[in-house]
Parts: sequence; C-alpha cells; structure tokens
Amino acid sequence: MSGLDGLYQQIILDHSKARHGEGPLEHAQAEHHELNPTCGDELTMRIRLDPTHERIDEVAWQGNGCSISMASASVLVDLVRGTRVDDALALAEEFRMMLRSRGEGEPDEERLGDAIAFHGVSKYVMRVKCAMLSWVALEAAIAKSRSHDAL
Amino acid sequence: MTHTDADSVGSRTVADIRLDFPAFTQTSGGLAPAYLDSAATSQRPRAVLDAEREYLEHHLAPVHRGASAAVGLSTTLFEDARAEVARFVGAGDREVVWTENATDAINMVTLGIADANAGLGGADAARFALGPDDEIVLTEAEHHANLIPWQRLAAKTGARLRPIPVDEHGLWSIDDAAAAVSERTRIVAFAEVSNVTGYLAPVADMVELAHRHGALVLLDACQSVPHRPVDFGAMGVDFAAFSGHKMLGPNGIGVLYGRAELLDALPPARTGGSTITKVTMGTAEFLPAPHRFEAGTQPVSQVVALAEAVRYLDAIGMQEVARHEAAFAERVVEGVAAIPGVRIVGPQPGAPRAGLVSVGVDGVHAHDVGQFLDEAGVVVRVGHHCAQPLHRALGLTATTRASAHVYTTAEEADRFVEALAGVRRFFGVEQGVTA
Ligand SMILES: Cc1ncc(COP(=O)(O)O)c(C=O)c1O
Repeated sequence: MSGLDGLYQQIILDHSKARHGEGPLEHAQAEHHELNPTCGDELTMRIRLDPTHERIDEVAWQGNGCSISMASASVLVDLVRGTRVDDALALAEEFRMMLRSRGEGEPDEERLGDAIAFHGVSKYVMRVKCAMLSWVALEAAIAKSRSHDAL
Repeated sequence: MTHTDADSVGSRTVADIRLDFPAFTQTSGGLAPAYLDSAATSQRPRAVLDAEREYLEHHLAPVHRGASAAVGLSTTLFEDARAEVARFVGAGDREVVWTENATDAINMVTLGIADANAGLGGADAARFALGPDDEIVLTEAEHHANLIPWQRLAAKTGARLRPIPVDEHGLWSIDDAAAAVSERTRIVAFAEVSNVTGYLAPVADMVELAHRHGALVLLDACQSVPHRPVDFGAMGVDFAAFSGHKMLGPNGIGVLYGRAELLDALPPARTGGSTITKVTMGTAEFLPAPHRFEAGTQPVSQVVALAEAVRYLDAIGMQEVARHEAAFAERVVEGVAAIPGVRIVGPQPGAPRAGLVSVGVDGVHAHDVGQFLDEAGVVVRVGHHCAQPLHRALGLTATTRASAHVYTTAEEADRFVEALAGVRRFFGVEQGVTA
C-alpha cells in the first residue's frame, strides 16, 4: 500500500471514529496529560490497577486531536486493558520502535495486533508524534502510579 | 478562460514572474507542488539569492569596524540597504533597526521598556516605564510573537494586559478596541493583517484612538509589508516589526521600525560592541538609533539581499501585489464557500481580506486535512499558526491555511479548492451534511 492509503488504513479511520475507551474513569490511580505543542492536540490518559498493582484493570482517555492520535489511543485501550503493567510498557516500547522505523522492517503482528496498522505512519516524520501521544501518556501515567504522584 | 488579476501582477503575468524563482523552475518533471505557504515563509527570486552571493564573494568585510577601503564599501552597502528598506516602508534612515526577525524586533521593544522600568536609560527612558495602573491593549487574534513578549513585560512591571476580544469568525472592530482602550492604556499592539484570518485592521482609526488616550502603537506588520503598500510615517504608528523571510528576502533578518525620537530614548535590550559612544569600566553611553540597538556583528549579506528583495517588489509594485493576492483570496473563498462542511475563518465571502484563507473542515482535524492536501500536491500550513487564543475563540484546535505571494497562480488556488473538496469523503465524514 502506498501514499495516503498506507497512512490512513481502514483500521485507523475506523478507530478514529469508534474511539474505544474514550471518556472519564472513576477511581483511577494515576493520570497524565500530554500535549503536542506543534498542533495543540492533547490527551489525558487514566489507569486503574488491580490491588497488587501488577495489572491494568481499566484504562480510559479524553482528548482531542487528529485521526492518527485518536485512533492510536483507541487501539491502545484494546491492547493494554487487562494486561500486566510490564507487558504494557514493553508494548509501548515496541510501538515506539515501529514508529521510528521509517517504514523499514516487518513489525511483529503477533505482539502488536491492530497497532501494526500504524507502521505506515513511520514514513511520515511529522506524524509520528501524533501516533505516540497516547502511548507516551500511558507510560507517564504508569510511572506516576509507581511514585508519589498516584491519585 | 478569462485573464484575471489572479493570473497577473500589474503588467507581468504570473507565469513570467515564476521564471525569476529557482524554486519553481528546477522541478524534475511532473506538476510542481502548489506552494501555498508563503505567509509562513516566501520563496526567493534569483536576484535576491544572487545579491547575497555577490556580496559574499566580492564584498565581504566587517561593517562599521576598522578603516580599510573594504570596510568602507561593506559599510556603504549595509547602510544603503537600510535606506532602501526605510524608503520602502515610509521610514527615515534612522528609524530602521536590523533585528533577527519580527519576533526579535517586538522583544527589543518589550525588553527595552522593562529596562526603562529598571531605571536604565535615565530620564529619557522614564517615559516608557509601566506600573500596576497601566494597561497594554492587544487583540485576541495576535500571533504569539505579539503576545508573549507583552505577557512577560506585564509580569515584570505589574502592568495588565487588556485583550480586545474577537467574535466567532476571529474578527474585531474599532468599536471593540474603543471599549478596551482607556486612560490607563499605555500601549496598543496589533497586527495590520492577521496571519490566520486575513483581516485588515483599521490602522488609521486605531492610531487615532491610541494617541487620543496618550498610548503608543506597535504594529505587527509581518503580513502587510510583504504584500501591500505600507507607509509607517504616514500611518503614524510608533513602532512596527516585520521579517525579511516573508517578503522574498533572506532568513535571519528582520526590522524594528520606531519613530526616531522614541528609538533614541528606548534603552537597548542587547548591548555590546558597536552600540556605544563612550565606555569606562563602570559605564557605557549609547549611540543614537539605529546603531544603539545593533549589538555585535551584523548579518550583512542578509541585509544586502533584503534590499534586493525590496527592489524586486518595488519593480512589480506593491499596489499590484495586493491586487493580485486579493484576487487569489477571492477565488479561494468563492470556491471554498461552495464546499459543504468547510468553514471559512475570518472575513466572510464578499468582505475584504488579505491574500490568505484559513478553513476548518467539520469532522476532520487540520493535520489530516494537511496530509491529504500534501498528497494531492498542495502545500499548506496546518496547526494553530502560533495563535492559540484566537483558535480557542474560534472553537477550533487547528486550521488549514492557503496563502499567496506574487508567484501564486489562479490554477494553484483552484487546486487547493479541488483537493479540499475531497477531504471529507476520504475521511468518511460526509454523512450529516446536506450537499
Ligand atoms: C502576524 C505575524 N506576526 C509575527 C510573526 C513572527 O515572524 P517571525 O517568526 O519571522 O519572527 C509572524 C510569522 O510567523 C506573523 O505571521
């Protein structure tokens, strides 16, 4: 797939409208607000952990931005809801590596699931930040949940 | 097809003008992308590029430092360029100060006033000092370059910012300004042409209003000097700022205009070599304007090339440039108004505007719009255009802007409209709009 269709795969267009996990979250342990100053897009990620703090019981977000950033947040929710915190962090790192690939290589579909649709974004340097917005917010929220910043 | 102002600039056709610009003649086959981002930065004609190279190859030497013939020639070129640019904007030779860009020029004023507040510059500078009872009036539509420096100045001096609010189109009027200006107003700062809405500010009325209340006027002329005739002296503004890179000139050079009497009194924000008359280990006395502000080695090749840009624009005629760009804007507005779900920001169809048009597309973020247009070979600016308060007032995070200069064709205007018409279909948000 080339050009625009490679960037805006149907999965991305669908998620940008369906927006899984969009909304407030009660009893969140941590939240983080992330801003992309070049376009003004912003997003707040909230997480609720299980009592052992090892698993993400619930994740939700609120924000506004382009279709790439909104779809990325929606896919994120599908992927990390109910996973171990460490697995979510590893996935965030894997996602980051894919977006830094400039379109090279074959991302691991097994691990990335629907997030593999964002491989095409890696060819558009100006849009990588859009796709990363929610994942960076998730990483920061997790870091906060492990520090004094927990809610 | 009828020949219109959108295809010509005065006596020259746009096709002919484009031959002067290497950026438009060096394409490797295929249709060259439509460059509709001149309000951000403009392309440069060969004459400007050549002037810079010519200076660097044949005349490069320090200015105002030393006694050699080479320094003499370099200094003459540097000061002649100042005179050329001054004449272009209706200023005296001493009223044009070289800065890095317009942002830098505005900071020169705000930092100078802060210095006056700190007691620097003595009795002459005391007239600028601000206090808690003083207000700085500026519009909600300002570029961050004409907002944040004033915020900082207010924080340093205790003065307050008093906004002139904009309406749902991002517009404001002289009546809105009159409601904000009072006896407490010391400074009124606004853009002659908004970089987002293309609104043409009522400059004469604003100057009259401000002066009647004893306030100084700073005009952000970034989007006016490159595109229309400007005469700061006749306008009566006290300070003004513009950038070379938006007027077919180089990066790294801008201008602070100020009435000579004010510039001579304003403390220099940056100090050092070349700004002084007498220096002791404890004190320094400064030259009159403009040199009191030009600290350190100056960007001479850029200055020389900026004068060439001014000559190039003059040869075409600024009245003609303005007419050409108005025709571009009219064509774009007319085309966009017919697209369902696309909203025109700023003056509505039929109302006067400068040669730029910003739009919001219902249901599609500006970044996605820009990406789609880019793929269609149309280069535009997307984002908040360094005007977040304005976008907040519009209820939009970001907009998509098409802007013109002398080299912009009617066909490029049409390509923008055509591509824009396909955006909502591509992103699947057409439903709910009655076409
Ligand atoms: C209205 C206006 N003011 C100020 C600026 C700042 O110009 P510069 O970045 O060249 O200093 C710009 C350009 O971006 C502008 O359009």
